[in-house]
Amino acid sequence: MNERTIDVKNLDYRELNRTIREAVAGGVRSITLNNVLGQRFIADGITAKDLSITVNGVPGGDLGAFMDGPSIRVNGNADHAPGNTMTSGTIIIDGDAGDCVGHSMRGGTIMVRGNVGYRVGIHMKQYREQYPKIVIGGYARSFLGEYMAGGIILILGLDATEAIVQDYVGTGIHGGTIYIAGELEDHQLGVAAVRKDFTEDDLQVVTGLITQFNAQFGTDVDPAAITFTKIQPMSARPFSGLYTTER
Amino acid sequence: MLNKDGRRVNGSMIKNGLSRMNERGNGQGAGYAAYGIYPEFAEDYALHVFLDNMKEAKFSVEKEIERWGYIVHAEEIPVDDRKVEVSHIPYRYFFKPDPEKLLGRKIDEKDAILKMVMDINASRSGALVFSSGKNMGIFKASAWPEEVGNFYMVNKYKGYLWLGHNRYPTNTPGWWGGAHPFGLLDWSVVHNGEITSYGTNMRYVESFGYSCTMLTDTEVVTYLFDLLVRKHRLSTEMAGHALAPRFWDDIDRMAPNERDVHTALRLAYASASMNGPFAIVVGNTGGFVALTDRIKLRPLVMGYRGKTAFVSSEEAAIRAMEPNLDRVYHPPAGTPVVERLEGRA
Repeated sequence: MNERTIDVKNLDYRELNRTIREAVAGGVRSITLNNVLGQRFIADGITAKDLSITVNGVPGGDLGAFMDGPSIRVNGNADHAPGNTMTSGTIIIDGDAGDCVGHSMRGGTIMVRGNVGYRVGIHMKQYREQYPKIVIGGYARSFLGEYMAGGIILILGLDATEAIVQDYVGTGIHGGTIYIAGELEDHQLGVAAVRKDFTEDDLQVVTGLITQFNAQFGTDVDPAAITFTKIQPMSARPFSGLYTTER
Repeated sequence: MLNKDGRRVNGSMIKNGLSRMNERGNGQGAGYAAYGIYPEFAEDYALHVFLDNMKEAKFSVEKEIERWGYIVHAEEIPVDDRKVEVSHIPYRYFFKPDPEKLLGRKIDEKDAILKMVMDINASRSGALVFSSGKNMGIFKASAWPEEVGNFYMVNKYKGYLWLGHNRYPTNTPGWWGGAHPFGLLDWSVVHNGEITSYGTNMRYVESFGYSCTMLTDTEVVTYLFDLLVRKHRLSTEMAGHALAPRFWDDIDRMAPNERDVHTALRLAYASASMNGPFAIVVGNTGGFVALTDRIKLRPLVMGYRGKTAFVSSEEAAIRAMEPNLDRVYHPPAGTPVVERLEGRA
């Protein structure tokens, strides 16, 4: 009832997306995709709020790009830029993901159980009630939150086999907040990024996200046992003097 | 993909992996490099040549080859030309340099092959040598990966190391010589990205006797590896660090010994270091090295299963070759990952 399982082995992504759109138009609200292998752009631009999609396999890049509403769960690793410019909905990845996770994301939630690549959260932004959130279970590589303009990134560093974050954290950041479960050295902070005090309000925000993370992945991360580092922009316009002489 | 135990497999596996990434190409270039495919001519240099015709071009290339040694065997590379528009005749020579001819010129055997290949390719004689190693060969053309694979019948060759590439030419022409892999001696190179320092790198290698004739940037990477590893005897890892040097800030934080090494590499190889976005894989008889630019502007992922090491732009392509992987790993930016045949240093 209102469910559909599709074997997408060797199916081109255009045909795959056409199938999804037709199913959604026909009232289907739960779709399982089996044998996914490298198809890009899955569920891009879909706006059905009550739709859930399960991806079994390894999807290609830009999973759920421009999506507004659905929930996607990936049982496998994702490629580059899942949630690219998404407006709302959730993407849950029970595995690792590549570079640019949540690229230019405008709302909704992305949670990754494992590790992620470079430039996660690049250009993500917020506006009024639109408030994107990214939670990473493992480590994140360099340029985390590059040019970030809004929203929240939380890096938990569970079972991390290397540094939880690398260099250039928050380079060019001018809005939003990055929380890291642990310490980082001064040289790891990018231009325009500074440490801020981690307050009770921050703890509430982080606890809410971790509760969701635990529920999604069956983990038992305890926020009270973690010392968080909070990173924000030094100002809303860190480069105001770069191209013009305002002073 | 590399079978570290030397087990040879045919090219259909890598062809399937490549076809998972057709979004990354446009049918204007694809190719394969395979190692271990010519055991019956293992001691001869296998010269793969694009000939424009079977008269003047063939005559002039053979004249040049015979200045350096003798042809053991020559034939057209077998092709199935039903699907590919043929713009050159792929031909191959198995060639032995003549020690006496080398002696007279006071030149090392491999340098002689290098000079011979460069002379042929720079002479505009209607012949282009695109593969010149021993017991290995490059097969490429302007078409989709499946078409090129079927054209050369890569399923009939068995190699322990295979490289494959699907090209989307952007800044330079899509032609047979510009398809990847690029090769010289035992080297083969595939690349995603662009080498924006090409001009500097090209002038640098040309000052050592290499000539860039393929009308695209990746070619120069092949010659940089030959220069740094074969001629300057850097380890493969060190060559990788020379081409994608650490940032000075990172070098300042290193332990003294390491700091000295990386400082020396940056100073000695300023003109060899590569700028711009790249993910490259370089093959050689002993294995392969994979490397991205130091700020990671192109993807690269490793997969491992038993004694086989895979590397690709996308995990899906690896899983198309081997669904059950022991490990998947994303190498850090600017860090060479070297996979070697067992028993190779």
